Amino acid sequence: MKQTGVGADAGAEAGKGIAPDGAPDGVTDAATDAKRSVAPGVRLGRLSFVWRPWMVLITLLLTAATFLVFCVSIGVGDFPIGLSRVIATILGRGEQVDEFVIMDLRMPRALAGLVVGVALGVSGAITQSVARNPLASPDILGITWGAGAVAVFLVTVSGGTATAVVSSVGLSAAALAGGLGTGLLVYFLAWRRGIDGFRLILIGISVSAVMQAITTWLLVNADIRDVARAQVWLVGSLDNRSWDEVRVALWCTLVLMVVVAAAAFQFKPMHLGDEVAAGLGVRHSRVRALLLLCAVLLAAVAVSAAGPVAFVALVAPQVAMRLVRHPTPPMVASGLVGALLLIGSDLVARAVLPISLPVGVVTAAIGGPFLVYLLVRANLRQTDR
Amino acid sequence: MSTTAVERPLPEGGTEARRHRGTGLGTLVVILLITGVASLAVGARALSPAEVWHGLFAAPDPDQRLTEIRLIVQTVRVPRAVLAIVAGVALGVGGALIQGFTRNPIADTGLLGVNAGASFAVVTAIAVFGFTNPFQYVWFAFLGAAVAGVVVFGLSSIGRGAGNPLTLALAGQGVTVFLAAMTTAISLSDQKSLNALRFWNSGSVAGVGFDVIWPVTAFIAVGLVLTLTTLPSLNLLNLGDDVARGLGVNIALSRTVGILAITLLAGAATAACGPIAFLGLMVAHVARYLTGPDYRWLVPYAGLLGALVLLISDIVGRLVVRPGELDSGVVVALLGAPFFAGLVWRGKFKSA
Repeated sequence: MKQTGVGADAGAEAGKGIAPDGAPDGVTDAATDAKRSVAPGVRLGRLSFVWRPWMVLITLLLTAATFLVFCVSIGVGDFPIGLSRVIATILGRGEQVDEFVIMDLRMPRALAGLVVGVALGVSGAITQSVARNPLASPDILGITWGAGAVAVFLVTVSGGTATAVVSSVGLSAAALAGGLGTGLLVYFLAWRRGIDGFRLILIGISVSAVMQAITTWLLVNADIRDVARAQVWLVGSLDNRSWDEVRVALWCTLVLMVVVAAAAFQFKPMHLGDEVAAGLGVRHSRVRALLLLCAVLLAAVAVSAAGPVAFVALVAPQVAMRLVRHPTPPMVASGLVGALLLIGSDLVARAVLPISLPVGVVTAAIGGPFLVYLLVRANLRQTDR
Repeated sequence: MSTTAVERPLPEGGTEARRHRGTGLGTLVVILLITGVASLAVGARALSPAEVWHGLFAAPDPDQRLTEIRLIVQTVRVPRAVLAIVAGVALGVGGALIQGFTRNPIADTGLLGVNAGASFAVVTAIAVFGFTNPFQYVWFAFLGAAVAGVVVFGLSSIGRGAGNPLTLALAGQGVTVFLAAMTTAISLSDQKSLNALRFWNSGSVAGVGFDVIWPVTAFIAVGLVLTLTTLPSLNLLNLGDDVARGLGVNIALSRTVGILAITLLAGAATAACGPIAFLGLMVAHVARYLTGPDYRWLVPYAGLLGALVLLISDIVGRLVVRPGELDSGVVVALLGAPFFAGLVWRGKFKSA
């Protein structure tokens, strides 16, 4: 009777959950769904997985949609380029003028959006799965606020003198260091003969709160013009990306995604609880540590490339979960939803809105209501049955 | 900071345990009162206990010096001590309640969207009406906080989800996200709002007079009365919805009253002090560690601890960067978070 697409409802019966520590486990709960248990299995050599046509279909649709929005986004600008010409150019068969505008000018920004969206989405999916808490996102683990505090420090305290020195690349590098440092600090503070999702979150919240307090304090004491600049950075923006920055972010993300993909296979059984997973031959604490490290790195890379774009990491996995009707945040779909959300928001920010706003404002303005819409729809649908 | 007579979790039930918890509660009240008096003496200009006494109770005096002390104590120090206690109680109780009702151990009063709603209303008030004085936008903040809380609760109540904890938390996030975006959009295009917002955001109990404190206290008092009525059913709710229903709890009613109480408490406190992050979350966990899971004890402990932490943070904020001040919201996080993280690391907490 319980419906898959509405993991939202899961927390109500938290007592039935699988989380060993009794933490609310809405992310994992619907695993008991009767319909799923009869889904056919597929075996390929040593690998076996459940064949879920709906999940495959939605993932393919998401891929197509992401590619489409990506191309449309590249086409939009002071010098508009049609969709077919954009696709031709990307495939290497475009005209010279288009080639220059697209590959040299617009591609870095669009790619940055894609990479950052995917990184944040996957990072969110990992943290929410590991912590078994839908509110656990890189924002809560302190990564974004750590990066933010460092960046705001550079913008406000060193202020005028450093403005020239700290070009955007330097700022990104500093933010990367800040995000990574904070993420690792949280990880090591939470380490106590293994990582426990609940302890990780509480420590993350604590460190986040400190970073946030420092940021607030810096902003209170800063010159108002620096505050505006810092604010734009804190919201997250894709303006003025260069190939150099994008290349670094792209390669980092690609490598990390490979690691995540390898580890995710091992992660699956852990939704059944650590004991069951161990029984199935999974070294759960190692897998968990590896995945969390990847999540921290992905979030740090994303933040260094675009600033702490709000709520993509929180919203994307939850949206993906409901779209593919899966009880836990699906990695691939979460990444795609993240990318779609970010590129789409950037497109809206540039093409639709009368005033220019950083992309983070739009991701939040779109992502928030959409999450609410999904919740309400899921609840209403449940009433009908 | 919160060393009470109770050192470790006590066994459930029994008159012995109850007496221990009662003693702990009494100890907390005494510590709170002493801290409150200390808060009157500390500041840019330190006062002796005798001077504080005079400032409080002496009749108007021709002596210029005493009049000045009267002025400092009665119009500056007393209001901020009272506000710290009132708002601290509200945030502590609110934090404990929302963790209980959402059954989410990382839930905070900010979760209902009240902080975001208040910030949005403040920025709007400044951008649209050109307000510059906190006295003018306190009411907007309260209105924004209350409306956001009601909207979040309303959205999460559509359909069969009615008051479902996870739905509530996610709806709160959704609305928070949206309001924060709107707040940023306005503050980025209007420098005056940005300027006011950064001060309001840091959270402080200073600079608010009794003309604001009394009404805020009235709202908080209503919230506390509502809280009292929900505590027994909250204990049952934490046994699971089915068990609670079986024991005769009207789940929807209990949740509605609970959310209303949280909205009043958090909304009023946020309106008067600005968003003070982390306080409710932290004291709820410390209270749970001291009392165990019984909400009839946990909630009063959380309230007193909240007041104590906010009061101490306010005092510390006045001492560390003299003659300037560090906002209490900032101090709460800077002091509380490492302390809290230490307790977490030593494995002192269980999930809600």
